[in-house]
Amino acid sequence: MKKGEFHIFKGSDDYVASESLRNAVNVMLALQRPLLIRGEPGTGKTLLAHSIAKSLDKKLVIFNVKSTTKAQEGLYVYDTVRRLNDARFDDSDVMDIKKYIKLGKIGEAFASPEQVVLLIDEVDKADIEFPNDLLNELDEMSFNIPETGETIAAKHRPIVIITSNAEKELPDAFLRRCIFHYIEFPDSEIMREIVNVHFPDLRQELLGESIKTFYKIRGLDDLSKKPSTSELIDWIQVLTAAEVKPENISKEVPFINALLKKEADYHYFLKNENKVKRFSQR
Amino acid sequence: MFIQFFYTLRHRKIPVSITEWIVLMEALSKGCALNSLNNFYYLARSILIKSESWYDEYDIAFQEYFKGIEAPSEIRDEVMRWLQDPSIQKVFSNMDPETLDKLSIEELMKEFEKRLKEQNEKHDGGSHWIGTRGTSPFGHSGVHPTGIRVGGKPGGSRAIKIAGERRFKNLRSDITLDIRQIELALKSLRVLGRIGPEDELDLDRTIDATAKNAGDIDLIWKKSRKNMVKLLLLIDIGGSMDEYASLCSRIFSAAHSATHFKDFQYYYFHNCVYNRLYTDVERNNWVNTDNLLKNLDSEYRVVIIGDARMANSELMSPYGSIYYDDYNETPGIVWFERIANRFNHCVWLNPADPYYWDHPTVNMVSRLFPIYELTLEGLTEGLKKLIAK
Repeated sequence: MKKGEFHIFKGSDDYVASESLRNAVNVMLALQRPLLIRGEPGTGKTLLAHSIAKSLDKKLVIFNVKSTTKAQEGLYVYDTVRRLNDARFDDSDVMDIKKYIKLGKIGEAFASPEQVVLLIDEVDKADIEFPNDLLNELDEMSFNIPETGETIAAKHRPIVIITSNAEKELPDAFLRRCIFHYIEFPDSEIMREIVNVHFPDLRQELLGESIKTFYKIRGLDDLSKKPSTSELIDWIQVLTAAEVKPENISKEVPFINALLKKEADYHYFLKNENKVKRFSQR
Repeated sequence: MFIQFFYTLRHRKIPVSITEWIVLMEALSKGCALNSLNNFYYLARSILIKSESWYDEYDIAFQEYFKGIEAPSEIRDEVMRWLQDPSIQKVFSNMDPETLDKLSIEELMKEFEKRLKEQNEKHDGGSHWIGTRGTSPFGHSGVHPTGIRVGGKPGGSRAIKIAGERRFKNLRSDITLDIRQIELALKSLRVLGRIGPEDELDLDRTIDATAKNAGDIDLIWKKSRKNMVKLLLLIDIGGSMDEYASLCSRIFSAAHSATHFKDFQYYYFHNCVYNRLYTDVERNNWVNTDNLLKNLDSEYRVVIIGDARMANSELMSPYGSIYYDDYNETPGIVWFERIANRFNHCVWLNPADPYYWDHPTVNMVSRLFPIYELTLEGLTEGLKKLIAK
């Protein structure tokens, strides 16, 4: 890489990236190592991959991890049942095992003729051994299919983004190979930018008032689920649709259910309503 | 090059390995720091630090090391020169982290000063001299003070400001270290059984059936194997347990995040179990122990965590609870006995040092439950006992 090529990623039209995040992404691009992203829900971990793919104009391959996902499924699946089924009719050649090997998302990313962005979403959801099982494959960007003796090797190392909610600790060996970045919850200044990206025509008073109230609510200590960016955006959408006057936002805090999703939080808010309202009138 | 920064980080117990340090060097040689300390701050952080709970220590270390350095504009050139020295790879690969630890900073500094003096006698510029002296780690560490202080563009001080803000203070956590180990230990708590819908293809039997069926495919399905273990965790949160609180919370969060149990229930008690088990730490909500014993089947694996040290009366007497509102007609020992009789598999994990186990109530309890020390070893042993038939 030449000197000038650094700093490729600058965020995209619909994604506001902080300076530190841009840096982490560019380091990852330069070193061709996976980027591990952690942060509160709703800080835009998954959207980051979309944004990178968009700004670099590359295809995005998403591997959604669930609690039952096995590392193997990301590489390939051997469809034995179909082969068996085909075996009883003469019209297809069952000796060709290749036909019954279906590449998983990681396999797809490796086999792609051009460089892609590979998102492994919520890696911590899977079994505790899951990240370890993928270490070698992600390191060498290749894997072997014993059934056919084939080796799938990446022609162009995919850009790998891994997100985690930190529900589980990840193994050290896995961490050593990654570039790590923790997305902080955006401060009100960046939040303004983010909202502006979503609602370019929003009136500034409404924006200011709603963000101020939003951070007041987030400031309440005992909320079990603090409202995040996506909730704020929903809320602003409702506020504009209902044509709420900006000065009423902090007084009434209307449509609070768009921000608080848990019953307990709602009741807690009702009890502490005054904290939010009184302060915002000052 | 910068190697003292590496030491500064390790000094603060931040888990940074040689592998990561080499990666950072690679990144610098590719120009990733763009000759600015600000970029370097983020660059080094994203490569060296792997958890937000270390961000704060990193900020402190960064401040400590870079304070007073104004413009390290020649970072890249220095690193390039340094990396071109073929001996460097050898130096690092021959050196494991242990030995690196043993080289004290004072030693390095002394050596460095000595060489710097020599250098002044021989050269005035001196960059070549340092560059070729790359065969020893001392030489590299020496590059930093000369290299960095040589003029260049200003504007590098912002990173120190960012580091100075210490915005990640709240994310520090000193307990995350062993959660994974505990999770792995809990993983052994597993008895597989075939339950649920028949959703897994039984390949062997399918082939047999198909062969018998004259080649016409006959698919045979079977139930998939799932973990049958149901776990009941009872945690003592009485006063004497305070010092083990962080250890217990580690166990708790590991058990909580383990997804492989068929069922997981947990209750709290203070010092001893009586007619109530609490569902919250504040003792506001409870279930009747009697009901719980009736409702949970005997296959639940029971883990009790507590130091089992209490006053004799708390364990042995009716109304012995330290809380008046517990109003226990039945002494605690009887409740423990009921638990031991109800469930086939129980273990007691004791966080206290075995030295303190010679205590009347501990002895009493140990007649009902096998007691293990709450260390990784004891935990593993205890869990083994818990699934043994």
